[in-house]
Amino acid sequence: MTKLNVNGRILDVAVDGDTPLLWVIREQIGLTGTKYGCGVAQCGACTVHIDGVATRSCALPVSAVTEEQKIVTIEGLSPDGTHPVQQAWIKHDVPQCGFCQSGMIMTAAALLQANPKPSEADIASEMTNICRCGTYVRVKAAILDVAAGGQLGRG
Amino acid sequence: MTVLSAPRSFRPSRRHILAGSAAVAGAFTFGFSIPAGAQQAGTPEINAWVVVHPDDKVVIRIARSEMGQGTLTGLAQLVAEELNCDWSKVTTEYPTPGQNIARNRVWGNFSTGGSRGIRESHDYVRKGGAAARMMLIQAAANEWKVPAAECSAEKSVITHKASGRSLRYGQVAAAAAKLEAPKEVPLKDPKDWTIAGKALPRLDTVDKTNGKKIYGMDFKLPGMLNAAIKDCPVFGGKVKSFDAAKVRGMPGVKHVLPVGDSAVTVVAETWWQAKTALDALPIEWDEGPNAKVTSESIAAWLKEGLDAPDAVVGNQNGDAKGALAGAARVIEATYSYPFQNHACMEVMNATALYTPEKCEVWTPTQNGEAALAATAEASGLPLAKCEAYKIDLGGGFGRRGAVHDWVRQVVAIAKQIPGTPVKLIWSREEDMLHGRFHPITQCKLRAGLDKDGNVTALHMRISGQSIVAGLFPQNIQNGRDPVVFQGLNAPGPEASIGYSFPNLLIDHAMRNPHVPPGFWRGVNLNQNTIYLESFIDELAHETGKDPLEFRRSLMKSHPKHLAVLNAAAERAEWGKPLPAGVFRGICQTMGFGSYVAAVAEVSVGADGKLTIHRIVAATDPGHAVNPAQIERQVEGSFVYGLSAALYGEITIKDGRVEQENFDTYEVMRLEAMPKVETVIVPSGGFWGGVGEPTIAVAAPAVLNAIFAATGKRVRSLPLKNADLRKA
Repeated sequence: MTKLNVNGRILDVAVDGDTPLLWVIREQIGLTGTKYGCGVAQCGACTVHIDGVATRSCALPVSAVTEEQKIVTIEGLSPDGTHPVQQAWIKHDVPQCGFCQSGMIMTAAALLQANPKPSEADIASEMTNICRCGTYVRVKAAILDVAAGGQLGRG
Repeated sequence: MTVLSAPRSFRPSRRHILAGSAAVAGAFTFGFSIPAGAQQAGTPEINAWVVVHPDDKVVIRIARSEMGQGTLTGLAQLVAEELNCDWSKVTTEYPTPGQNIARNRVWGNFSTGGSRGIRESHDYVRKGGAAARMMLIQAAANEWKVPAAECSAEKSVITHKASGRSLRYGQVAAAAAKLEAPKEVPLKDPKDWTIAGKALPRLDTVDKTNGKKIYGMDFKLPGMLNAAIKDCPVFGGKVKSFDAAKVRGMPGVKHVLPVGDSAVTVVAETWWQAKTALDALPIEWDEGPNAKVTSESIAAWLKEGLDAPDAVVGNQNGDAKGALAGAARVIEATYSYPFQNHACMEVMNATALYTPEKCEVWTPTQNGEAALAATAEASGLPLAKCEAYKIDLGGGFGRRGAVHDWVRQVVAIAKQIPGTPVKLIWSREEDMLHGRFHPITQCKLRAGLDKDGNVTALHMRISGQSIVAGLFPQNIQNGRDPVVFQGLNAPGPEASIGYSFPNLLIDHAMRNPHVPPGFWRGVNLNQNTIYLESFIDELAHETGKDPLEFRRSLMKSHPKHLAVLNAAAERAEWGKPLPAGVFRGICQTMGFGSYVAAVAEVSVGADGKLTIHRIVAATDPGHAVNPAQIERQVEGSFVYGLSAALYGEITIKDGRVEQENFDTYEVMRLEAMPKVETVIVPSGGFWGGVGEPTIAVAAPAVLNAIFAATGKRVRSLPLKNADLRKA
């Protein structure tokens, strides 16, 4: 039995330690907002926060995560979908098919928390998630909008 | 409520997939009942397209699939426009394919490809909205005992001006539903639109920002098992043997089963367990007759077709071969375009439940009716005992439309474990290896010039794969695949060439490798536009003319093509000096009913590094139903088109695909994304698609700009294989 801290709750999961955190989140814990896209940490659809750091969960064995580490998924980013990044995403109507957007939002939220005023170059180097619909223009605009609002950052 | 015959315990999950659309609290949920209209208590269906609830909530039925392109919102706008309803009260829902058949295909075609969602259904969906409005007004008029002509409706409120009375749609919906549908249903002039034609936000955004949206991969049924699959990596190969005993004892494993004669599945409690066991399963393949095929052998075969005597004519006028023989000068170039994978972010998946009495499938699909047909075929049950439930797609791009190979697989698995629901998810590797690939072609272009440099003839020989021959061979007549000539057709409303030549010949030597082709967003317009627009650029440079002016000189009889080219050129300020090191390229095409053009601004470093700074894209879709969504489709088209141009290449070795994931099949990321300016110039009078045509101008605009920057003409894609350092 492994103990995990997910979205502020301590959960017991019975699972092989080699299982990637992504599949524990999706199949054992039952939170499906975090997506499988590639399984090799290339596309970022599986991005969650571990102690505030954007982490690709598809290639991370659950045994590498301790009970003390705080995992946050898209479902736990805000209680009611009102995180500034989520609001900016709605305002800019960013998603197309939406499949990659949980990962995009989690990556953007971590970026803005660490670097509240990212330059375009910062955004380009941090936002390496793949979107096949091609929402990049809107992703960038939404991030810059949040940065302009100044609601995020190390307090 | 008529409940479909699945066990009651499954209903909550099925409701779940429609959450946010149909699952309106206190109202009927459409996904589980065959709507029979007003006779059902609490089901105030005005007609097949419109349901109005007592609280004025309007549910608009959408037959086409939402996969990110915004068709759900656009179609709802068209219905709501004619309905004169309150847009803030609009939600949507999908009828099922089985319901469509049961109701004599009242919702028409479900197919969502070829950028046809709006352009092929605008007429009947608008009539659905208009007829419902007329019935609602009539119901109010009946109550007031006044002529309907004295009443009007605005924002879901019907008013009788003379007496000052008003009623809400919700108040008369039940009465309206009992009325006869009107025979004559006039539609508004688009210039009077107030909902359609507006840049409204999408209806389906919020759940895509909070993890609540359920994709096929997320779908669950009680007691469901999970399946992973491996199909023979060599197309046309089979399973020789597999040693199930080696993995049966692994955690969670329930079944190890053959799927048809070419695939093996492991079914387990969780997908990760299934995949882990499948990876450990010894499988021997009979690779069949294609095990030696390589990209090189395919290329050689296509090259032979460039000069083969036999070819099927797609478009011609005059005597191109004769004119070329007598030309003062002949310019010739050969281009090639590789296989591409759709690489939808959501891999192929479906859930199935089979019993001898019924087979049901839940899947992301671009064509619910084709998914239903695949379910029936694979289950061996009649259509009436099958149902397919559509789930919004995590990308489609043509992969999830014409072929439902994954549906056949999941049904073949479910049939071996009757009564147990099973969800099949492909690994990314399986998805990459078993695509339905963008067809591979080469093209030889020959232009004849007279002594003054005027173009007297063009011969364009395409050699290579036919999608139609691969998917619907019954539709090949006299050896001709009409889709091969997209963007090159004679003048007309679809995919017509934008230039006139005194002598023209465009023909196709069909060469179909064993790699299965598919419709890939933009289809054959993509490479045909690269071939023609690059070569036109070559001719301009060879004759010392400005690429824009040269095009204009050939486009006098093609005013719509020309207008959109001019719109792009003007916005991009063609001819105005650029910063040092930045160069422009231009191109245009027509397809999927729309006219498009683009200007790209690029620079190429001394090390050969390409930077795309800015794209200006112009589109004339006839009528623009939602300009904000058109902009997003144009921007997204550049990502898809430039991904292909920069990186997209599936290569073949030992009969199989070499690329297995995004580390070797690269796609564009935000870092490479240029600024995109969209110019929408709707000229009215026709309905064009917007999801695809712009893809075709992405690559040639950039290729022509690269030539301007470096003097290097890249004729073989993708660009990652080209050395762009100045010679």
